[in-house]
Amino acid sequence: MRVNRPKDGDPISVALNAQERHVTFDASRGAEAPPELVQLLTPEGERVEHPAYDIDLTPEEVRGLYRDLVLVRRVDMEAVALQRQGELGIWASLLGQEAAQIGSGRALTDADMAFPTYREHGVAWCRGVDPVNLLGLFRGVNHGGWDPAEHNFHLYTIVIGSQTLHAVGYAMGIQRDGADAATIVYFGDGATSQGDVNESFIWASVFNAPVVFFCQNNQWAISEPLEKQSRIPLYRRASGFGFPGIRVDGNDVFACLAVTRQALKNAREGQGPTLIEAFTYRMGAHTTSDDPTRYRVAGELEAWKLKDPIERVKAYMFKNQLADQDFFDSIEAEAADLGRDVRKRCLEMPDPHPLEIFEHVYSEPHALLTEEREQYAAYLASFEGGER
Amino acid sequence: MTTLTLAKAINEGLRTAMEDDSKVLIMGEDVGKLGGVFRVTDGLQKDFGESRVIDTPLAESGIIGTAIGLALRGYRPVCEIQFDGFVFPAADQIITQLAKMPLRSLGKIKLPVVVRIPCGGGIGAVEHHSESPEAYFTHTGGLRVVACSNPVDGYHMIQQAIRCDDPVIFFEPKRRYWDKAEVERGAAPLAFDRAQIVRPGTDVTVLTYGPMVKTCLEAAAAVEQDGRSLEVIDLRSLNPLDTEMVFESVRRTGRCVVAHEAPVFSGLGAELAARITEACFYSLEAPVLRAGGFSTPYPPSRLEDHYLPDLDRVLDAVDRTFAF
Repeated sequence: MRVNRPKDGDPISVALNAQERHVTFDASRGAEAPPELVQLLTPEGERVEHPAYDIDLTPEEVRGLYRDLVLVRRVDMEAVALQRQGELGIWASLLGQEAAQIGSGRALTDADMAFPTYREHGVAWCRGVDPVNLLGLFRGVNHGGWDPAEHNFHLYTIVIGSQTLHAVGYAMGIQRDGADAATIVYFGDGATSQGDVNESFIWASVFNAPVVFFCQNNQWAISEPLEKQSRIPLYRRASGFGFPGIRVDGNDVFACLAVTRQALKNAREGQGPTLIEAFTYRMGAHTTSDDPTRYRVAGELEAWKLKDPIERVKAYMFKNQLADQDFFDSIEAEAADLGRDVRKRCLEMPDPHPLEIFEHVYSEPHALLTEEREQYAAYLASFEGGER
Repeated sequence: MTTLTLAKAINEGLRTAMEDDSKVLIMGEDVGKLGGVFRVTDGLQKDFGESRVIDTPLAESGIIGTAIGLALRGYRPVCEIQFDGFVFPAADQIITQLAKMPLRSLGKIKLPVVVRIPCGGGIGAVEHHSESPEAYFTHTGGLRVVACSNPVDGYHMIQQAIRCDDPVIFFEPKRRYWDKAEVERGAAPLAFDRAQIVRPGTDVTVLTYGPMVKTCLEAAAAVEQDGRSLEVIDLRSLNPLDTEMVFESVRRTGRCVVAHEAPVFSGLGAELAARITEACFYSLEAPVLRAGGFSTPYPPSRLEDHYLPDLDRVLDAVDRTFAF
């Protein structure tokens, strides 16, 4: 049999060349012009100007943001420790993404609605969800369990990208109600490949829905780097769908707050959706079950450590004398207390009763579940003491 | 009393539900000006406006996903999936989100979303337009699955589905859309999760639903002159099943045939056979037999008469129950 060898210009070698180019392509650099990044606070703690975005924060507000950042990192650290000690089945750490979450979370009004992934512990904090409630899912005592309507913070969604459609539908409801509110939906860089996310962009665009798409590009979808998801910077995806996209320094809490605030305002005022790409880094593993040393180099982590979202706020506060050592000490003490409290209440979380399996599946009586519940209750009762 | 086709009866039921509750919305592909490819939503956008009768982009996952969001905001969306074979892009949202979110919230969230699916074959359609995917959904906890078979149920059950606080998968037998019946709008409807004896009989219980109800009634009429009496039960609700009525009937007749268009293997008939065997073992004169589709993809339409269980295939199963 004759073997056809590919020559330059034939379809096979064109395809191979394209593949080669794809592998070496650096998505963070962008396909055409270099990407622009909104930054208001440098990693060194210097306030910088941006022509389109500004933020005017009182010293108290700055201290409040710092406190948020420190406390959510402490909750996260405690949860990782609880998992290592067998008290949680798994945990998805937010380490490194605190500024993206606190900045955007603090941009929300009470009337706004947030739709998280499973990593938005910082946003949950901003919405007043008790951190212990976040642990139930990871401990395996429930699948969620806080009241989304009470906090205007939806339940964690594990299937990647599904919640983007829920957020757009909710925003369409806001439109119909004529309410002065918007939704924000969180997702990661990997999720941008999902059909649901792309469908949600289309829906939001054609219905001009009041929704902010907040993509935390933490560079890694478990082990897959961004170039496995995109050949262009993610924020540029928006233009093809017909709405603005913007990249913000995801480790800059000021910039995240300013950009999200503006996008939400635009949404509430009928200007439709915005895609915000918060350029950040997942400092930890994807979850406690993951081992990032198998797929990324240590130097990358070290480089991002220099851009830490908390240190730059601290440096800024010191430089501008917005807080004294007592303040930082008091926050550390509060964090330690919070960590202890979260740990204590996590350990106290009871296992649900076996017959809870049948609860809350339907809101109205359901003959099959009634039957199965009765049968299993009788089975349990057949054991001595009524316990298996 | 008014004579209505099944399509018109569902249309009238939707209209009534929309008049009764301003939170009821219709969503789907071509449901607006066109009135849906089967005209089930005909005239609704004209009367209720574009914000309540929403022509959506062509993406089924998007339809269900945004309907969930609207339900979270207090709306009661009724989604139309244009054809049975197009529900699969939405299966992820239906199975992983719609069915499970109320449990995830420990009951704090209710999702009163109705997913209407024209189902079944017999209209000479191309691939993906003739399927019976009900078992995929009856297998999923958190969903209610119902199938209407006639205009009376079409009118009432769609309203009951909309009023239900749980998600409902609502199957409509497309080859029966043009069948007519007298519909009394003011009549008190049968409970949503109840089966109905549509023809009483004494010798064999025939369990069926959706498009096969008519086929089974014709089969029962055909064997009447032979002195064989079939009791035909329209299951109506596929999850939950009205096993009480089913068991009572089978205990009386001692014989049972289940008929559906969906493949027999792992179909609803398998579940019914297992449950009947367990509950009615000492009353059975013969094993429960099934008449249904083959374990193949739906064939090209020139072959669908061989695939779909017709009157003779139902009666063949009936005959076989007497051979034991």
